[in-house]
Amino acid sequence: MTAIGAGPPADVPAVRCTGLRQAFGDTVAVDGIDLEVRPGEVFGLLGPNGAGKTTTIRMITTLLPAPPGAIEVFGIDVARRRSAVRRLLGYVPQQLSADGTLSGRENVALFARLFDVPRRDRDAQVDAVLTAVDLLDVADRQVKTYSGGMVRRLELAQALVSAPRVLVLDEPTVGLDPVARDGVWDRITDIRLATGMTVLVTTHAMQEADAQCDRIALMHRGRVQALGTPADLRGALGPDATLDDVFRHHTGDTLADRSGGLRDVRAARRTAGRLG
Amino acid sequence: MSVLPVAPPAASAEDPGPLGTLATAARRVATMCLVELQRLRHDRSELVTRAVQPALWLLVFGQVFTRIHAIPTGDTPYLDFLAPGILAQSALFIAIFYGIQIIWERDAGVLSKLLVTPTPRMALVTAKAFAAGVRAVAQAVVVLLLALVLGVALSPNPLHWLGVVVALLLGSAFFCCLSITIAGLVLSRDRLMGIGQAITMPLFFASNALYPVELMPGWLQVINHVNPLSYEVEALRGLLIGTPARLWLDFAVLVLAAAAMITIASSLLPRLVRG
Repeated sequence: MTAIGAGPPADVPAVRCTGLRQAFGDTVAVDGIDLEVRPGEVFGLLGPNGAGKTTTIRMITTLLPAPPGAIEVFGIDVARRRSAVRRLLGYVPQQLSADGTLSGRENVALFARLFDVPRRDRDAQVDAVLTAVDLLDVADRQVKTYSGGMVRRLELAQALVSAPRVLVLDEPTVGLDPVARDGVWDRITDIRLATGMTVLVTTHAMQEADAQCDRIALMHRGRVQALGTPADLRGALGPDATLDDVFRHHTGDTLADRSGGLRDVRAARRTAGRLG
Repeated sequence: MSVLPVAPPAASAEDPGPLGTLATAARRVATMCLVELQRLRHDRSELVTRAVQPALWLLVFGQVFTRIHAIPTGDTPYLDFLAPGILAQSALFIAIFYGIQIIWERDAGVLSKLLVTPTPRMALVTAKAFAAGVRAVAQAVVVLLLALVLGVALSPNPLHWLGVVVALLLGSAFFCCLSITIAGLVLSRDRLMGIGQAITMPLFFASNALYPVELMPGWLQVINHVNPLSYEVEALRGLLIGTPARLWLDFAVLVLAAAAMITIASSLLPRLVRG
């Protein structure tokens, strides 16, 4: 692997949100979020269903409109230069989104073409990312024959083939068994160490966040309730506190009546179902 | 581990100009058409199953109505007259259910992933539209082979065949985008399925696919004149079996109808993603 090329100035955050707000009718999904993701770190957005994590991610990835100046990716305003921002992002949605009728290689090559990877480099880059996620040997098999963990790793390859500066993962390990989960995180860690890529991840899994994230923003009811390293957040509660305790402390340990819409639940179940 | 691609330099984040956007759109169309061909290569069974219905129309309806001379088509045998209409129908049935695919893609996260690539919305919809056309053309090969076997006298002129491909691509693009537009309005697969079934047969019967326009009652002739399927059928018929056709008008209507529907479908894409 080679290290990343000439990067942006060190003082430019990978992602900066300033007073970010999003409402759907009377429901305020994101309510004035300020946060900065540093280049090269793994940044976790945590929170219960309906906390505003996915809405935040969708605004950062240009899927939902953001007001000018509210979000910058490596200094580029998401509202003003969407296409330029998209070239810096690799995105893995929560659902299993690879095309089962195509082979693994065809799935990755599709995204190489969509990101305008030059023809002369395309085959080599597709092979490189398939190797990085341990799928080169099965690259010519149809994806419908892959296991859930393999599909997730393939989606990582799809997101990485354009050499993004920020990898955005929405619940990347939902529904995976522990071995497959470790397999996915091992690849993310290897790739990040080799490329210096920034990783922005949403998750419900506290142990996973504790082990994998450099910093965490804990969201609840559209706001960031706590922000810091896992150790700092735990330490602020007490010497024996776990991240679960931190989560309960900030979310009130109650079942929120707006915790996740039917569509969220259905999507999560569908993903889990496809993973078997 | 092998060499991973290096992150793009800052310069690659520059926005392209209008010409660059057009070039991007052309590349996206080519990419989506290629993916459609790859899907067909992996699963050819669909070509066979989708050929059953047009085969029945030609074999049963076409042959019976040719014998009983129930529909006057001048010097042209009815089966020859019918074949281009069934070709257009087959393409219509493929394209009109593309909206279901786009709703599936939304539910499976595929659409979100595509929209986070540097692809303008309109380029993505155009690419989908022509991918539907590629599938329709592949299906057309099967239907035309069947027509040849049944003895339909098809034009040997390769330019006419090129025209047939263009007419099928444009017609499919229109109906694919009509379907995406309905998907953007109703947002659910079940409702789209119902509407798709409700509009395909009226579109087919209110066209010149089965009978000459002169035989239609006045009200049906009015609908026929605003139905893009009729212009597609007229072009196909003129090119394949040499019946009189206003090819310039037919292609102009198909181009304008496809462009308008691509624009409308593109404007509804954000609603589809949010819904």
